[in-house]
Amino acid sequence: MSEFTATQLLGQFKKGDITAEAVAREYLQAIRERDPAVRAFLHVDEAAAIEQACRVDQKRQRGEALRPLAGLPVAIKDVLCTAGHPTTCGSKMLQNFIPPYDAHVITRLKQADAILIGRTNLDEFAMGSSTENSAFHVTHNPWDLERIPGGSSGGSAAAVAAGEAPLALGTDTGGSVRQPAAHCGVVGVKPTYGRVSRFGLVAFASSLDQVGVFARSVSDAALLLETIAGHDSRDSTSVDQPVPPYSKTVDQPIRPLTVGVAKEHFAAGLDAEVEQAVRAALDVYRQLGANVKEISLPHSPYAVAVYYLVATAEASSNLARYDGVHFGYRAKEYTDLGSMYCRTRGAGFGPEVKRRIMLGTYALSSGYKDAYYTKALQVRRLIKNDFDRAFAACDVLIGPTSPTAAFKIGEKSDNPLAMYLSDIYTISANLAGIPAASIPCGFTKMNLPIGLQIQAPPFAEEKMLRVARMYEAATDWHQRRPKR
Amino acid sequence: MSLTADDVRWVAHLARLELSEAELAAMTPQLAAILDYVGQLQQVDTNGVEPLAHPLPIHNVFREDELQASLPVAAALANAPDRQGDFYGVPAVFE
Repeated sequence: MSEFTATQLLGQFKKGDITAEAVAREYLQAIRERDPAVRAFLHVDEAAAIEQACRVDQKRQRGEALRPLAGLPVAIKDVLCTAGHPTTCGSKMLQNFIPPYDAHVITRLKQADAILIGRTNLDEFAMGSSTENSAFHVTHNPWDLERIPGGSSGGSAAAVAAGEAPLALGTDTGGSVRQPAAHCGVVGVKPTYGRVSRFGLVAFASSLDQVGVFARSVSDAALLLETIAGHDSRDSTSVDQPVPPYSKTVDQPIRPLTVGVAKEHFAAGLDAEVEQAVRAALDVYRQLGANVKEISLPHSPYAVAVYYLVATAEASSNLARYDGVHFGYRAKEYTDLGSMYCRTRGAGFGPEVKRRIMLGTYALSSGYKDAYYTKALQVRRLIKNDFDRAFAACDVLIGPTSPTAAFKIGEKSDNPLAMYLSDIYTISANLAGIPAASIPCGFTKMNLPIGLQIQAPPFAEEKMLRVARMYEAATDWHQRRPKR
Repeated sequence: MSLTADDVRWVAHLARLELSEAELAAMTPQLAAILDYVGQLQQVDTNGVEPLAHPLPIHNVFREDELQASLPVAAALANAPDRQGDFYGVPAVFE
């Protein structure tokens, strides 16, 4: 059962072949067996999960109408507040933090009768590309335990890949859903900025953060996305636009379809095996009748530089709230208010978070703001203009999600810049606010998954998912599972 | 440009981050390398380009000025490291 897609589980549940309790127990058992090696989860409350499942079974027995995710376990990145349960953000700073309210997406999942099966590991405050920056432990890639699962939502991606959950939520600020999805061989979707409410999401970079989904199939991702998307007045950046029923239309191909391929996505640094898999995927689209044409995103080579000024500047401001006063860790020894702040933050944050706060503070400091922060915002507009021009000529853009397959644990730990460059293809979508997905498109000779990125215009998630499903229906990469 | 340990110390002060000497020594060349990398933005001609702070054209969102339920005091204070009655406890600010 732990190999089923969410759509298959839901079908069996609706027919009455399985109970929500049996599904929950099966996944909890899978977590007990597999997670000691994978370490995707930070926190699993078995009793709470079984209780939720039993409530769903009772509703069905009473003849109540079934909700859209009835009985489906969903793993939650530990950066989304859940009332009464620890929400650590992978940080010592919030090790003992218990949120007093639910994030909007958690409320949506509860209303849909999903089972919240556990809290997944992440890079501290979602800052990283490998899940090595968690204050608690490192998560391992289920395809090769010596490798990283990607990040920052590495726990969610690894949980879905390992069959420890059929669905998961993550967050994507610069690729933190798509890059781990690619490295773990699952589907990952980052919606348009404003599509999903961030109320109750612990903020990293507020002009970039967006909640995203992980699944084993495009249809499953569509189902989860339509459940969490939509307007929420508690997030003033949430956009009031109707949410199309993604799961109902996902099987309909887009015809005619024009696929844009950015020549900048095939530049130096792209691994040869990844390039080969992506080019083969483009051939599949050609066979499906698509017109594939080369376009240019001339400013995309600057995306990483823009991102590490904009995201860090926003982070330095957002993380000022961790002051040892309102919630979270406070240093034990200090002499006055100022030393309490400095010691609390010095001891509560890990190295990557400190590095980014420092970089952002520098970029915003007197005398440097125009040269760094404002300049980055100007280039950000040029990056967005590139996309506007590209989407005037094509429906979607397709290319690699990440320049390489998953790297070894520890390989880039001492070189932050090399780590940052692993997000080179995903970052632009956050800067421009557009939706983007990663789907499995092959394996390296080492049997490591390769991801195909599909980017679409703002609020064109429906089209993007249909284009993704066209490829998935024509290939079987998504059906492979890691050996155990 | 080259970043000195004193620059890094000053930024750490602005960010209210206590860094050990070992952290300062490790971070100085790392930040210098990142700043060197982002320096490539200076090659881009941005004359007359309006900065883009936010990807969507959304503006201030207003609601009617009506009372709404808010978090109870006890819930709001439940995570405070130091609580004194219905207040947050902090080290004395004034002598």
